[in-house]
Amino acid sequence: MTAWLARRITQAVVTFGVAVALMFVLMRLAPGDPLSRMQEDRMMDPAEIAKTRAIFKLDQPIHRQFAAFVKGVLRGDLGLSIEHGLPVNTLLASRIGPTLLLGGATILLNFTLGLWLGVRQAVRRGSREDRTLTALSLAGYATPSFWLGLVLAWLVGIKLHWLPVAGMQSPLLAPDAPWLARAADIGAHLVLPALTLSIVTIAGTMRYQRAALLEVLRLPYIGTARAKGIPERAVIWRHAWRNALFPVITLFGLWLPLLVTGAVFVEMVFAWPGLGSLAAGAALGRDYPLVMGTALLAAGLVVTASLLTDVAYALLDPRVRYT
Amino acid sequence: MNPVVDALARSWRDPRGRAGAIMLGAIAAGAAVGPIFLPDPLAQPCVLECRNLAPSWAHPFGTDDLSRDILSRVATGGRISLAVATLAVGLSVTLGAAMGLVAGYWGGTVDAGLMRLVDAALAIPRLFLLLLVLAVWDQVPMPVLIVLIGVTGWFGTGRLVRGEALRLREESYVRAAEALGANRRRIIFRHLLPNTAGPLLVAATLGVGDVILLEAGLSFLGLGVPLPTPSWGGMILDAKSLLFTAPWAGIFPGLAIVMTVLSANLFGDALRDAVDPRGA
Repeated sequence: MTAWLARRITQAVVTFGVAVALMFVLMRLAPGDPLSRMQEDRMMDPAEIAKTRAIFKLDQPIHRQFAAFVKGVLRGDLGLSIEHGLPVNTLLASRIGPTLLLGGATILLNFTLGLWLGVRQAVRRGSREDRTLTALSLAGYATPSFWLGLVLAWLVGIKLHWLPVAGMQSPLLAPDAPWLARAADIGAHLVLPALTLSIVTIAGTMRYQRAALLEVLRLPYIGTARAKGIPERAVIWRHAWRNALFPVITLFGLWLPLLVTGAVFVEMVFAWPGLGSLAAGAALGRDYPLVMGTALLAAGLVVTASLLTDVAYALLDPRVRYT
Repeated sequence: MNPVVDALARSWRDPRGRAGAIMLGAIAAGAAVGPIFLPDPLAQPCVLECRNLAPSWAHPFGTDDLSRDILSRVATGGRISLAVATLAVGLSVTLGAAMGLVAGYWGGTVDAGLMRLVDAALAIPRLFLLLLVLAVWDQVPMPVLIVLIGVTGWFGTGRLVRGEALRLREESYVRAAEALGANRRRIIFRHLLPNTAGPLLVAATLGVGDVILLEAGLSFLGLGVPLPTPSWGGMILDAKSLLFTAPWAGIFPGLAIVMTVLSANLFGDALRDAVDPRGA
């Protein structure tokens, strides 16, 4: 197990390292450098530009720039944001909380509602309900999150006035309001973004759970359990579902990138103060150190998630460790 | 029988595949032919009195705040979206097949190097890969956008094809061809590539849906299809400020995206089951 773990961690580190290099190359694919773009937007004195170039080390040859960048990443220093004038680290730290809250709520919805629906589908395989649920979830999967967000905001927020549609907290709520009132306020703001993100992603969970359970239901021990006269509900949930839960671990590793990427649009639409809206704003504002920072964080999350998924697998299934 | 033709015929017998193919065909035909008969999507027939008109006989999808006809914008936007998606996916699948075959058949350091690259690229969400380039590049021209989307989309296909090539390399008929003195080119093009055509077709069909969503998202952020060319994502961006006055301006392009992506995915699902019946 130790040797396997060491190999797997090395692999994760290499992957992340290559990803960092790839990001740097991609950033330099575009003609010119980021500051020549900025010049078009605002009037800048040539001396000022030269100074800014020096601050961002754009006046140095490319291999020096890369060395400086890698050194920064190793020290955990991602540089300064051009747009905000603040360290990228500070900005990322202030935005990760809301994104985790939104992502966590979405995962919770996917893993409760999505798993339950997937089980229902597998048990009623081929029925009208199964087909309807498949069609509905596929339609959700085909829906652009930003459009669904706008439609829900229009319908639920503007027409019906049921829920707030922008931000994470009500600006009218006093900062010294009781703890519970503030939590309820954040909760109300969370409903629409989390629902939007869930609707467009839940198809994956349902389909995975359905397929996994169908696989298990074919096995002979299910027939044995039924023959012993165990109630069907217990056969499904106690005997079959437990074993069908296993492949669902993989989903967790697949979710994270989707939640970060999906959150870009949902956070934009609902003005949710998370990493996604930070990344989108940075790309629009040509704030390349900040785009780089968000992409790095996203890649780090993905590599870590897939490492944790593999470790979870190895802990639960000894066969993995020996392959 | 040719396995690709066989898979297409089998997915046509699948109700999902047939529904998806018919819907996709209808959308493509509408996007190709529609703009010929519809008014100019950029025309502003009058300045004030035709702004934000609700759907009517003259304007079945209504008009936007610049009094442009939304139906013709949706149709022309469909041309753009479908063209971008088809070309970008074509590029991705070609690159994926080439890289996968090279890695899987050559093996050794070439394989190891390419696969490390694929691992790393798959670790960065595709949207962020594109944001990295687009953040520096001001208003990319359409051909560059297509190339960028295509180049960031081959990694999954590459890994898939590599696996197939590794498996096929050990098959007896490939071994026999090698023993008969066939060179690498012949083996790759005559034996390996035709046998990966099925999975490639599935990846391409499902890729079209992904790319339409991706392009719409980029255009929604203002980083995709350059203005004033109509695009579905760009129309939804415009409609953001019209939620109160003209909600139809955003409803129709969104529905067009949902229908197109859904039909591509339905067809792709049926095709996957036809190519690999184990998953059904």
